[in-house]
Amino acid sequence: MDAALPVSRDYSLVGRDSQRAVETGLAAAEWYHTDVPRKDMKELMKREDGPAIRDTAVWLGSMVVLAGLGVVLWGTIWCIPFFLAYGVLYGSASDSRWHECGHGTAFKTRWMNDAVYQIACFMIMRNPVTWRWSHARHHTDTVIVGRDPEIAVMRPPDLFRVVLNFFGILDAWHAIVDMLRNATGVVSAEEKTFIPEQEQHKVVRIARIWFAIYAVTIVVAVYTGSILPLMLVGLPRLYGAWHHVLTGLLQHGGLADNVTDHRLNSRTVYMNPVSRFVYWNMNYHVEHHMFPMVPYHALPRLHAMIKHDLPAPNPSILDGYREMVPAFLHQLRNEDYYLRRELPLTAKPYREEFHGEAARAAAE
Amino acid sequence: MNDWIEACTADDIDEEDVMRFDHAGRTFAIYRSPDDEFFATDGLCTHEHIHLADGLVMDDIIECPKHNGRFNYKTGQAKGAPVCVNLKTYPVKVEAGKVLIQLSQ
Repeated sequence: MDAALPVSRDYSLVGRDSQRAVETGLAAAEWYHTDVPRKDMKELMKREDGPAIRDTAVWLGSMVVLAGLGVVLWGTIWCIPFFLAYGVLYGSASDSRWHECGHGTAFKTRWMNDAVYQIACFMIMRNPVTWRWSHARHHTDTVIVGRDPEIAVMRPPDLFRVVLNFFGILDAWHAIVDMLRNATGVVSAEEKTFIPEQEQHKVVRIARIWFAIYAVTIVVAVYTGSILPLMLVGLPRLYGAWHHVLTGLLQHGGLADNVTDHRLNSRTVYMNPVSRFVYWNMNYHVEHHMFPMVPYHALPRLHAMIKHDLPAPNPSILDGYREMVPAFLHQLRNEDYYLRRELPLTAKPYREEFHGEAARAAAE
Repeated sequence: MNDWIEACTADDIDEEDVMRFDHAGRTFAIYRSPDDEFFATDGLCTHEHIHLADGLVMDDIIECPKHNGRFNYKTGQAKGAPVCVNLKTYPVKVEAGKVLIQLSQ
C-alpha cells in the first residue's frame, strides 16, 4: 500500500525533524536489547590485543607489499591488480578500522586503538574528532531522521549519489571541503550540534595536519611529474572505496527509520571471509548496534547466542541487494515504504506502541 | 544522621564487576575492584542516559556499554571523549558482608 505523507523528511540536524525527534522522545530513547546473561556479556565484551594485532599486521603488511609491487610495475598494465587490491585495503578496510577503533574495542591496549584509529581516519578521510562524535550520535539515534548524522541513504533515495560513492567521489569531495573549512578554523553549525565546545579545537588541528600531508604529496607529484604519489596517498580513497560502500549500504538500507529497535532498522548479512576481513565482521550489524562494546572478533559468538531473537540474516551480499535495491526503487515513489523484517517465533515481538499502524501500512 | 544505605551483599558482585542499585528514584552503580574493594558512583553515564552497570569493568575503569565513555570509578574522573563530565562518587563500606553506600555526600 502506498500511503505517502505530504511532508518529506528533513534530515538536517538543526531542522524540523530534529526538533520533532526531541519532542516525541525518539531522540536519546531507550532501545530494545535481547536479554543476554551478565556473565556471557562480560565474556563477550572482554578485550584482547591478539586478534587485532594479527589483522592489523596482515592489513598494513599487505598494503606495503602491494604498494611496492605497484610502484615497481608502474607504467605497465601489471601494476593494475596490485593497485586495485591496495585501493580496497586503503579506501575500504580503513572504514571498518576507523569504526572499530573508534569504539575502542579492537585492541585491549588503548594506544593501539588510538594509533590505528588515526591511521584509518586519515585513509578514509574522516576527521577523527568529528567522526568520533558523529558516530556516538549514530549509536544513540540510529536512523532517527534529523538526529543521525550518518544515514547513508536518505529518503527518497538519491541513487545517483549512491553510485558516485562507489567511487568515493562525493564523500571525498565533502571530506576535502570539510578539511579545508576546518583548517581555516571554522567548525560548522551542524558539527557543533554533536561536538562539545572543548573538543572543537582538535578538529581544526587535525585538519591542518592533514592539509599539510596532502599538500606535500601534491608537491611531490608535481615535482616528479607523476601521479604515482597520489596513487599511494589520497586517490585510493576513490578507486578503493567500492567495497566499503558495497557492504556499508546493507547496514540500514531500505529498512525502517524512526524506530527504537535495531532489529527493525539494521541488517545482518552472512559474507565471504575476504569481505569479513575487510569489513571486520560488521556484517553482524544488528548485533553490533545492540551491543556496541562487543569487539568485532566476538560478534560471531554473539550472533550465535542471540539469533533466536533476531530476524533471519540475509545469506549473502547478493541476497541483501536483491531485497534492498527494489526497496530503494519503491521509496522513489513512496518515501515511507520500508522493508519490515519478520521475527522468528522464538523472538520477543516488536514494541508496536512505538512502531505502530502507520509504519506497518507503509511497509506493506 | 545515619544515611548509610544497604545496596547489596558483597557476594552479589563478582570481582572486577559492577551492579546496578536503584534507591529512592535514583540509580547507582556499585563496583567490586580486582583487589576486592567496593566503590559506588551515580548509575548513569554523564554523556547520555545509559546505565553503567551494563558496562565493562577493567582494573579501575568502568566503560559505558553504549559509546565507550570511560571513567575511573574510584575517583569518578572522566577519561576522555565522549565523556567530558566526571561521575559523582559515594563513600562505601562493607559490614557483616553487606555493602553500604552513603548518599548524603
